This record gives sequence, structure tokens and C-alpha cells, in this order.
Amino acid sequence: MKYSFYNLVRNSFSYHENWEKAWSSPELKPEYDVIIVGGGGHGLGTAYYLAKEFGVKNIAVLEKGWIGGGNTGRNTTIIRSNYLWDESAALYNHAVNLWEGLSSELNFNVMFSQRGLFHLAHSVHDMQEITRRGYSNYLNGIDAEILNQDQVAKKIPHMNIHGRYPVLGALLQRRAGTARHDAVAWGYARAAENLGVDIIQNCEVKGIDISNGKVVGLQTTKGSVKVDKVGLVPAGHSSVLADMAGFTLPINSVPLQALVSEPIKPILDCVIMSNSVHVYVSQSDKGELVVGAGSDAYNSYSQRGSFDMIEHMMAPLVELFPIFSRLKMLRSWGGIVDVTPDRSPIIGKTPVKDLFINCGWGTGGFKATPGSAHVFAETVSKGEPNDIAAPFSLDRHYSGALVDEAAAAAVAH
Amino acid sequence: MFVINCPYCGERDQTEFSCHGEAHIARPDNPAEVSDEEWGEYLFFRNNPKGIHFERWTHDHGCRRWFNVMRDTVSDKIIKTYKMGDQKPGVTDV
Repeated sequence: MKYSFYNLVRNSFSYHENWEKAWSSPELKPEYDVIIVGGGGHGLGTAYYLAKEFGVKNIAVLEKGWIGGGNTGRNTTIIRSNYLWDESAALYNHAVNLWEGLSSELNFNVMFSQRGLFHLAHSVHDMQEITRRGYSNYLNGIDAEILNQDQVAKKIPHMNIHGRYPVLGALLQRRAGTARHDAVAWGYARAAENLGVDIIQNCEVKGIDISNGKVVGLQTTKGSVKVDKVGLVPAGHSSVLADMAGFTLPINSVPLQALVSEPIKPILDCVIMSNSVHVYVSQSDKGELVVGAGSDAYNSYSQRGSFDMIEHMMAPLVELFPIFSRLKMLRSWGGIVDVTPDRSPIIGKTPVKDLFINCGWGTGGFKATPGSAHVFAETVSKGEPNDIAAPFSLDRHYSGALVDEAAAAAVAH
Repeated sequence: MFVINCPYCGERDQTEFSCHGEAHIARPDNPAEVSDEEWGEYLFFRNNPKGIHFERWTHDHGCRRWFNVMRDTVSDKIIKTYKMGDQKPGVTDV
């Protein structure tokens, strides 16, 4: 059923009790052309684009928990594309272009809000970094404005710009913003199922069957299944699945935490990011401040981080915004992120034929969801990455052609 | 994991320490001769197990010395800490 004003009115006569389910719970079939492992935004989106644009008919998405219950539902929902390097700029801007039409494409309101993102500069070095990156963004056709102290003070009047971490300027991307993360997973799931994709929840992959160097099937908690091609999109558990297929990845899985405050009236109409003092904050439509910062340094699959990281988030937040210091924090949670040495993702082929991987998004995958899904769908269907995905191959860790965003641009995502 | 047993100082709060990744990785003896694949494996590729992990920590705000930790990445429980150069413990040793 299409979501429309007409159907909203029509369903109101039956007290909204007769809306059909957005997606069903089909049984696992014995054989598929393509299986996507991982039912987050990237995986569901991949299945959607495979069915819609690349003509694949028989697709399943396997999710060990519930869809969107992993990192898709645990991030701070920031979307931007002001990356330094050409390769990253192309990938993340592809995503922003798709974000702009996503709600109408999926017939599902993902609440994409281009409220603008201020990337703060606290020192002369920071000013040089944002200037360099801003000019790099211009050259790549990405909107960027380099603001001085007065301009920032006028835009965000309640920020403490003369405090311990003085704000000297900011890099503003007006096309950046936030979206409702759950809605992204739900919207892709509903749209994919309308195109005939089977979404199998509570189905964990336990083994990968390989014959003569080619993937031929999967062992799951709901039985075994034959398959022609597999796309792994497992985020934090990438290394666990790679291990099943007999190869290792240049990835460490670490905890990343976020937290939200009690809801308050509108006070922050943009996204604030600071790499130097390391905090990022925005206000959700419910009124909660959504706060995040860096990951823990140790490997873990526990989905919880250490307490001192929370202090590291809060200290710069209350220094930049003393007005927030009396707010109560309602919830904090952790997700497990798969971090690569260069903080750029891995999209493409693996040592196993017809087994493809899309992982290593680390702390910043949400913003790329539609772009990542779109280029990965093309990679899976054609067997080769397209021009946008090609620089992010696993092979770059042998050739040395890293896309080094960790040192060069934003550490925080 | 709130308290870590430094092999030199004894039990201290976790915030005094920092983690520096997988332990027991040997640099190839002949870097000029190894292939790009072998060098890439050495530099970047890591065991990232869901289970027992061996890793390097430093006691930054204490003795500043490096040591190794054997830890379960599912529960974050530390099984054993031991000095650099000590034999890597087997799973049956603890």
C-alpha cells in the first residue's frame, strides 16, 4: 500500500488498525541468486538497488537480530560529505545526492533534514585544516563555506567561543544534516520487499560453503541455503564472517558510544562537530540532544564502552555549551564499529569468488548508507566495482594506495 | 575491565592505561625481500577475534611500561596480564 494523504484519510476511518505490515516474515527458501548478510541500512539498501536497478530477481537479506537493530539504530545520524580526498568526496557526495531524493524514492519519510553542519576550528592549525579541506570540497563540487569567528558567533549565539577551547571559525556544509536512522532501515526494507526481496530476521550465518574457491552456500541458524553470489555487509562482525570464509581483514572492532539528553525545546538548529576537542552534537526532532565522540581503543564485541569515554564526550560539550551543563542525560549505549587503518571503507571483491564485502565503515557509516548500498549493488551484480567503489578495494592494503582520511580530515564521523 | 593488573605496579584503574592493538606480531626479518602481500599482512591485517584476544597495553599514568593482556572480547574480562617477552599463554594455561 502506497503511503499517501489519500490512504492516510482512508485508514483513519478504521482507526488506523488496518494498515498492512511494512514487511513480512518469509521463510528461508532453499536457493537464492544473491544473499546479503546483514540487515542494516547498507545491506537492505544493497538488496533494494539490486532488485530495482540491476535486475536481480531472487534476493534474500539475512539478519541475525532484527533489521536496523545494529549500528543503523545506534549512530548519531549525522550526514555530510565534506571529506578531503577525491575518492572519499565522490563516495560520500554520491550518498548525499541520493539522500536528497530518498524519502520520495522509498515512499517512506526518512526525515532527512539538511540543517547544516558546522565543523569547528579551535586553533590556527584547525583553521588551516578547514581552509584546505574547504577548497578541496570546492574543487570536488561539494558545498563548503569557511566562516570566521564573528560569523560563527552570529549563527550559534549560545556557544562559548572565548572559553577554554576558543572557536576561531568553522567549515559549514549547508547540505549536511541528519535523518531518522530507524526510518532508513524500515524504508529500505519495505521498498525492497515490494520488489520481491525476502527479509529473513533472526537468521544468523554460522558457516560459508566454498567449493573450488567459489562461494556456493551458507549455513544459517534457519538451515542451509544454496546461493550464487553473497554480499557481506556485517559491520562490527566483518572479521567473524571473513574468518568463516578463510581470510582475514585489516579491521579492528571497537566500541563506539553515544548518548541522548532529556528532550528540551528547540535550541540547536544545526549539527556541531569539533575534532580537536572531540564531540559532536545535534538536536533530534523529539528535542533530545544527540551526543557522540570517539571510540574506545581496545577490541571488543560487547556493545558497551568504557565510562571514561563518556566523560571525554561531556567535558568538551559543557565547555562549548555551558547552557547544557544542567541537562540530564537519559540514555547511553554502545555499538561495535569495524575500523580500518585508513578510516575508509572496504567495498569490493574478496579472495573468494562471488563473495563480496562492504565493511570497514568504522565510526562513520550512516551518512553513506544510500551511496554505499548503491555502489555495492553494482559491484555485486557486475562482479567488478564501479569507478566510485574501485579505490576502496581490499587490495589497497597491499598496494599501499590508502585513502587516508584518519590523518587528513575528520576523525570524528 | 575496570581494574587492570599491571605486571609491574599491581591493580590500577583502567583510565591509567591505554590499549595499542594486537600483540605478538613479528616484523619480517628481511623487509626488502618480502612481497607486497606479506608486508601488507604484517602492517595492516589483524586477528580480530570474537573471543580470546592478545593485545598490548601501556600503563601511561603509572610506570609507563608496556605489557601484554589476554582478554575475552565478548565479556571484556581480562584473563591474564604478563610482561613483554614472556611466553604467550595458551588457552589451557589459565
